[in-house]
Amino acid sequence: MHTGLDDNEIIRSVLNGDQQAYAQLVDRYQNYVFTLALRMVKSREDAEEVAQDVFVKAYRYLADFKGASKFSTWLYAIVNNTCITLMRKKKLVVHSLDQDNVFELADSRDSGMRADKVEQKSKQQMVNQAISMLGPDDAAIISLFYKAEQSMEETATVLGIEVNAAKVRLHRARTRLKEKMEKYFAEELSVWQNP
Amino acid sequence: MEEQMMQMEQRLWELIDGQASASERSSLEELIRTQNEWREKYEELLGINRLLLHSELDAPSMRFTKNVMEEIARIHIAPATRTYINKKIIFAIAGFFLFLILGFLVYGFGLMRSQGTPDISIASNMPEVDKLNFSIFFSNKWVNAFMMINIVIGLFVLDNYLGRKRKAMREGNI
Repeated sequence: MHTGLDDNEIIRSVLNGDQQAYAQLVDRYQNYVFTLALRMVKSREDAEEVAQDVFVKAYRYLADFKGASKFSTWLYAIVNNTCITLMRKKKLVVHSLDQDNVFELADSRDSGMRADKVEQKSKQQMVNQAISMLGPDDAAIISLFYKAEQSMEETATVLGIEVNAAKVRLHRARTRLKEKMEKYFAEELSVWQNP
Repeated sequence: MEEQMMQMEQRLWELIDGQASASERSSLEELIRTQNEWREKYEELLGINRLLLHSELDAPSMRFTKNVMEEIARIHIAPATRTYINKKIIFAIAGFFLFLILGFLVYGFGLMRSQGTPDISIASNMPEVDKLNFSIFFSNKWVNAFMMINIVIGLFVLDNYLGRKRKAMREGNI
């Protein structure tokens, strides 16, 4: 019914009382929101809770969305705040980019991953696995740039940083991702790179 | 050596992301064509880029949209913040505090007594202020307490007014 409408048209229709139109936005952005949440909270259960909370909050404060930025940019800010709130509530450790123990923590979480299990996983799952081993900041920028297909400029806007800073951050995140892949998926990586 | 490698990777990533300038692009393409080290690194990074480009977003449970729609069926959209925040009230509060600060400053300067150098005394340059005998109004602790209570009551009434206005706006919108 609402297929083909852009985000702002759907939002206008929701604000005019068509609550069911909101399902269109949920369908459109659920994977994006869920993926970003998963990168931060590292658990599917918590990520689903966060994602649901994000859409409920977004609906409640939809009248505050001015349309000056993309809806996905606005959603990212809500995801970020909701994840931080959940982490505080559950007293989870909030990992930052500069914490030295981020990688050790991620390593220890995945140390149980055996080579035979890894072999069974698809390329897609392994990329996701490697991203999930990164700190939330690295994972977020990679998810935004590659998975949410945001341009460098949009990624910088979403993260509230300069384009040059986004470039440097993305470069560092990719370097760390490469290190993770080389460490855990060396064989697969060589096969994919030299098929 | 490590720094050189980092720089090399950064330049190559800029080329892959399409962020390199035209001159930088042609210079990098030349390096890739002529030097093995650059070519190998470029292909390595290109491979990672391909992997990332073909990766997909994770998906929540199948019932996700239904859960969200059930949840929002119980709530209402809040009115936009800009509709119930009246700028005049914000300015009135700012003016109120500014007036208070100025009042206290004037009172403070009024209490100042020049000591030895009357020329540089601010109080001496404010004859009108000097004429006022503030001690009449402010020497009594009960008067001071009364003023403080008035300030608190003023803020309480303002908060109450804003609350009622917000409620009225919400009822009007829903």
